[in-house]
Amino acid sequence: MPSPSTTSLRRPPRRLLRSRLARALTTPHGVDGFLGLVDPLLATDDVRARVTRVRHQSADTVTLTLTPNANWTGFRSGQFVNVTVEVDGRRHTRCFSPAGPEQSGELELTVKAKPDGIVSRHLHDSARVGTVVTLSQALGDFTLPRPRPRRLLLVCGGSGITPLMSMLRTLEAERYDGAVTFLQYACTSADVLYRDELTSLAARGAFDVRTALTRETDAPEADLEGFFCRDHLNAVAPDHADAETYVCGPTPLMDALAAVWAEDGIGERLHAESFVPTRALVAPDADASAGTVTFAASGIAVDAGGATLLELAEGAGLEPASGCRMGICHTCTRDKTSGTVRNIVTGSVSDRECEAVQLCVNQPVGDVVVDL
Amino acid sequence: MTATVDKTSEATHAGLSAADVEAFGAEMDAIRDRVLADLGSRDADYIRRIVTLQRRLEVLGRSLLFAGFIPPAWLGGVAALSLSKILDNMEIGHNVMHGQYDWMGDPALDSRTFEWDTTCPAEGWRHSHNYVHHTFTNVVGKDRDVGYGVLRMSEDQPWRPLWLGNPVYALLLATFFQWGVALHDLETDRVAAGEKSLSELAEPGRVAARKAGRQALKDYVLFPLLTGPAAPLTLAGNGAANLARNLWAFTIIFCGHFPDGVEMFDEATLEAETRGQWYVRQVLGSANIEGGRVFHVLSGNLSHQIEHHLFPDLPAHRYAEIAAEVRDACRRYGLPYNTGRLGRQFGSVVRRIVRLALPRRRARHAGPEQTR
Ligand code: FES
Repeated sequence: MPSPSTTSLRRPPRRLLRSRLARALTTPHGVDGFLGLVDPLLATDDVRARVTRVRHQSADTVTLTLTPNANWTGFRSGQFVNVTVEVDGRRHTRCFSPAGPEQSGELELTVKAKPDGIVSRHLHDSARVGTVVTLSQALGDFTLPRPRPRRLLLVCGGSGITPLMSMLRTLEAERYDGAVTFLQYACTSADVLYRDELTSLAARGAFDVRTALTRETDAPEADLEGFFCRDHLNAVAPDHADAETYVCGPTPLMDALAAVWAEDGIGERLHAESFVPTRALVAPDADASAGTVTFAASGIAVDAGGATLLELAEGAGLEPASGCRMGICHTCTRDKTSGTVRNIVTGSVSDRECEAVQLCVNQPVGDVVVDL
Repeated sequence: MTATVDKTSEATHAGLSAADVEAFGAEMDAIRDRVLADLGSRDADYIRRIVTLQRRLEVLGRSLLFAGFIPPAWLGGVAALSLSKILDNMEIGHNVMHGQYDWMGDPALDSRTFEWDTTCPAEGWRHSHNYVHHTFTNVVGKDRDVGYGVLRMSEDQPWRPLWLGNPVYALLLATFFQWGVALHDLETDRVAAGEKSLSELAEPGRVAARKAGRQALKDYVLFPLLTGPAAPLTLAGNGAANLARNLWAFTIIFCGHFPDGVEMFDEATLEAETRGQWYVRQVLGSANIEGGRVFHVLSGNLSHQIEHHLFPDLPAHRYAEIAAEVRDACRRYGLPYNTGRLGRQFGSVVRRIVRLALPRRRARHAGPEQTR
């Protein structure tokens, strides 16, 4: 339980802080510009959260408990949040699905550190009790319908377990009395997540919990071995045609399920969520002329053709603001939503999602989306 | 006439060969690339420390003024508030709006949305300063910072009897600098000269009026009223803080481009100007002020005006670190590196303002000021 003093900090007198008087007194920086002096968690509208617990379930994952400020409006199981962290001075945003029950006021994130994942590595290596992160409200419609279906099949692989774990815990908290089969794919027994909790849920007979190991044989706890196939399905849920199925995990797992469900003509009963980036990373020396630049707000797409983003935009008949056209005045700065760009002055390449780029000195490398 | 160098002639751009100019440019680019590649948490921590200091000073200053009837409290309040406004405008606002911290991706430090504690709206400033002044530095007729449209700062501005008031105008501009900057951005002088229509002024005028209104409401109505019986003292205190900031900003800014030895250019300079030539013009058109660490911070590091003009979007606290290298390069290429203590630099600015109040005296040839 948070102590009374933190509670009062988390619940500032919002009416007052949002009043016109408060705004007039704090212009031009706004109330938020000063609240941070008291507590980095305080904000009039932004959702921020403090890490209140850190544990490691396996060597390459970290499970964080986050206590959000009063602006957090909660989530439904299966939804995700955008988590923004600062790594070496730069903000990065990634989405994660909370794994806790939706009845909880906290968020539990289980993050797998990917070798080249800036955010996941940072959370894995550096998140401490007290670390503050910025959140979005919950997003996404990968959620259980109401009323709840009577038969559910939940399939997950790797860190894709989190939205399904959340569903399972929510159902448990609701005293759901339908039938649930929960099938987790992990590489080896050391990679199985939420093992103790799943075992105790299974022991109480509430849910049918199964584990499949893809890279280990003869492990006592494995119900299945190898990658998903129809045999696995027949073994754990021969009645899958009567179930609503939710799957989250690596692309091959999701593709394999989709194929079986399509074969059976029940594709609409399969609900999938993927966090694996579908965009292939582009090598820094890739041909700048290959690719499409999309100006999202204008609904225009053009071939990259070796020009700067500013030239491309102007060539497409757009008139973005510009000034020096040599990279010093920042008049032309816009948000790049996705894709890789190369700065023609410095030669540096950047593939951050949602970053501000100067149109006049950046060339697309592959497909790029600009908010223009 | 003042000596105008034909910049198409091979041999003489500031006495440098075309090859030397580009070699100098390449050295500057190398410094820039090195610093850009090194940006990280050190820079983020620095600017956040300054922002926190500024916000604390503002809270302190405004709080002390509630006890303004006690003379030391009033003085302390004015001092804290003056420092707050100076930091806000110079080391934070000016530099953030240059895009020096855009790479962080922090919305509170985003050049596109930042607003500062002065009457001039950030929107207009970004155009007139970042683009016009920094691209066309010291090009008479293009760079509107030459005299801010109200002073005669160059022999190239033809003398009219009106200029007899030059020193008086300078005094008025220094006193009401925040209003001067706001009007300067609206280009009211160009409207008076018939170069711009009154209707073009409508929208920016409305923006400026709204911003000015908010600033005046806060400093001259709301905070005085809140302090009750001390209202007149608070009003005077806020006015004094604004005045202190105005005088300081005027002093620093005028020392950046108008001490003796700083060169002015004509519009021909801009034709087909190379990146190297642009760098050279920035060096010739700027002057530094020597001083200690605190002085540099309070000047927004505009005391490193030369470095700032070479690299307007590098975090300003880096200028001190690269100054020795820039100075050494200038020495090797035979470029002047104009620097001196505040008293000397400002003294020569004052002499120029007074001298240019009068028409050119025939007998004197080539004064300290030259035009290229
Ligand atoms: S137009 Fe000046 S930075 Fe791009």
